Amino acid sequence: MSLEHLPLLQQLMVVLAAMALFTSFVLLEQARLVAAIHAFAWQGVLVAMVTAIVAASSAHAHLFFSAALTLGLKGVLIPWMLHRLVRRLELDRHSEPLRRPALVTMAALALVIFSYWLVLPIVQQELIFTRNIVAVSLAVVLVGLLMMVIRTQAVAQVLGFMSMENGLFLAAVSATGGMPLMVELGVAFDVLVAMVLFGVFFFQIRASIDSLDVDRMNRLTERVDEP
Amino acid sequence: MMQAATVTVFMPLAGALLLAGVRRMVWAGWLNVLVCTATFAAALVLAFEVAQLGVVTGKGSLRVDAFNVYLLVLTAFVGMTTSIFSRPYMQYVCTTGRTSERGLRLYHVMFQAFMFTMVLALATDNLGVLWVAVEGATLATVLLVSLYRTPEAIEAAWKYFILCGVGIALALFGTVLLYFAAQHVIADPAAGLSWSTLHDLAPQLQPSIMSLAFVFLLIGYGTKVGLVPLHQWLPDAHSEGPTPMSAVLSGLLLNVALYAVVRLKMLVDGSLAGTGSAQLAGYLLMGFGLLSFLVAGLFLHRQRDIKRMFSYSSIEHMGLMTFAFGLGGPLATFGALLHMLVHSLTKSAIFVTVGHAAHIAGTQSIDHIRGLIRTQPAVGWGLLIGVVAIAGFPPFGVFTSEFLLLTATMQSQPWFTVALLAGLVVAFAGLFRHLHPMVYGPAPEGQQPVRANMVPVMVHLGLVLWLGIAIPAFLARWLDRATGLITGMHLL
Repeated sequence: MSLEHLPLLQQLMVVLAAMALFTSFVLLEQARLVAAIHAFAWQGVLVAMVTAIVAASSAHAHLFFSAALTLGLKGVLIPWMLHRLVRRLELDRHSEPLRRPALVTMAALALVIFSYWLVLPIVQQELIFTRNIVAVSLAVVLVGLLMMVIRTQAVAQVLGFMSMENGLFLAAVSATGGMPLMVELGVAFDVLVAMVLFGVFFFQIRASIDSLDVDRMNRLTERVDEP
Repeated sequence: MMQAATVTVFMPLAGALLLAGVRRMVWAGWLNVLVCTATFAAALVLAFEVAQLGVVTGKGSLRVDAFNVYLLVLTAFVGMTTSIFSRPYMQYVCTTGRTSERGLRLYHVMFQAFMFTMVLALATDNLGVLWVAVEGATLATVLLVSLYRTPEAIEAAWKYFILCGVGIALALFGTVLLYFAAQHVIADPAAGLSWSTLHDLAPQLQPSIMSLAFVFLLIGYGTKVGLVPLHQWLPDAHSEGPTPMSAVLSGLLLNVALYAVVRLKMLVDGSLAGTGSAQLAGYLLMGFGLLSFLVAGLFLHRQRDIKRMFSYSSIEHMGLMTFAFGLGGPLATFGALLHMLVHSLTKSAIFVTVGHAAHIAGTQSIDHIRGLIRTQPAVGWGLLIGVVAIAGFPPFGVFTSEFLLLTATMQSQPWFTVALLAGLVVAFAGLFRHLHPMVYGPAPEGQQPVRANMVPVMVHLGLVLWLGIAIPAFLARWLDRATGLITGMHLL
């Protein structure tokens, strides 16, 4: 079944999911931290909207709760916490351009194609209408991973981590109609605790190396010529 | 009958909440010991119930069978002995000014929180809750790794946090795929992550999705097991955190992560049986396991920090167990289960001794720890015997399990025996070249003995010795039942 034969609501859902993937690219390329946090907040909102639409067009009523949870946690609370941390760390004006933007974009594109290839066995199961989004969500996860690899700034790495979580949540919603409620609450709790701990670590790292560039932390390596 | 399971799991959580309110640090240390002892007692009662009933289920989808009950008892036991060791140890650390009263309080709360995540991960039947608990274990321990606030400790903690966070995120994607596969065969969505339900229906699960899910799950939980090349966090986190943390990370967390991998392998094997790639999960485990085993053995040689060295030894042993579980078959599985047991006991004993040795020498640098036997015979001999045990010398239990594993390898994949033997020799040489100058030889001027509590070490090593000489019949039956669960065949 091709996309234009889907009902309008489902087409809208696919568009929103694609926009969530687009915000992943924005996150990846964005040099200024504050703008990146805004992009992350938009991604959270988009994921929440996809969840709400899945809830509306399927029998999974508990997804409305998940959508509200995502909106609250990923769209508002975590961006707000990050925003506050960035202000307290006086990184508002911090900007750090990517070193090789073209190469990174190509890598991210390759990851998107790879995701589509990887989820082929799922897409072949013509059982659910959300299967188009599974590849998108895996792509969000992998682009988040790429972001954590290429960024050396601690806050940017955390943004990558959190956008991976967004991708995972999108995958759960699109492939399975959401995980059982107990699991979803547990995951949300873990993400929230992780965010608080990340905040603690920003201050510890800065006190330790006077910067948040984690590449400067290089004391623990396997060197042969150590004294 | 269901109380013991619930008590075992929630006792540490109650302990964590209680300890958060205790202000007198002298009491907190004792309370920590008390809670751990109560958990251990509850785990023993639970083991007794499981021995009678076979499977015990409890509220909140707890499900305990022969496989996880033995790990529960082991976890509670190592937790108890470590808490006994850590009470005076952490107070001593506090007096040296490396951490504050607040740090000590954080330590006690997080120790119990970590124990809670461990027992929850082991006892739960729900694969989603398993994921939440394993991620929770990272969150509980990451602040403890950076407890001393040195640049190295903070770097280690950040690396630990990021690497395990990413790994475990991929495991969640695997869990989602698993749930997706389950939805096609299970009508009730709430039961779609229940391991026991999935295990019963495993042959109906879609093989292509299950193998994809397993790759993600193996990468995710394998990061926690410390499989090469995902092991980078492990030596750092072990060497920079407080010693009691190293003992429980090495003795418990790695086991629990491997337990998760084995449980998932059982599902995938059930699903792939009868297809062309029935051994896929086993081959993956064998490959990663053997690689970790060999690489970690080589890395042992170039370590300069005593705790780093023993964490590489942990990677090596986890690799060996992973290889054995991948090999499959009753003999290899029995050996791997026994190896999990003796490795945990020995390695936590070694880390406790190393903690004392580092206090005696005032450093963790191997080059500066000298003449331990002269200065304090109990610590010196403890370290020597511990290393002899972990290197796989008879009559210790590690020898028994490694011998079983080698025999099993000889039976099904004879060529791998050569690699295993070579790896064992390399690791043995790596350990002893560093050990010899540390325990023998003259002590440096002015080196003083410290107040050391060697009782936990003696108990652990005594148990390992006992397991090496004669495995008690009830324990052998117990492990055999677990083997039967995993492979479907009994050994005895």
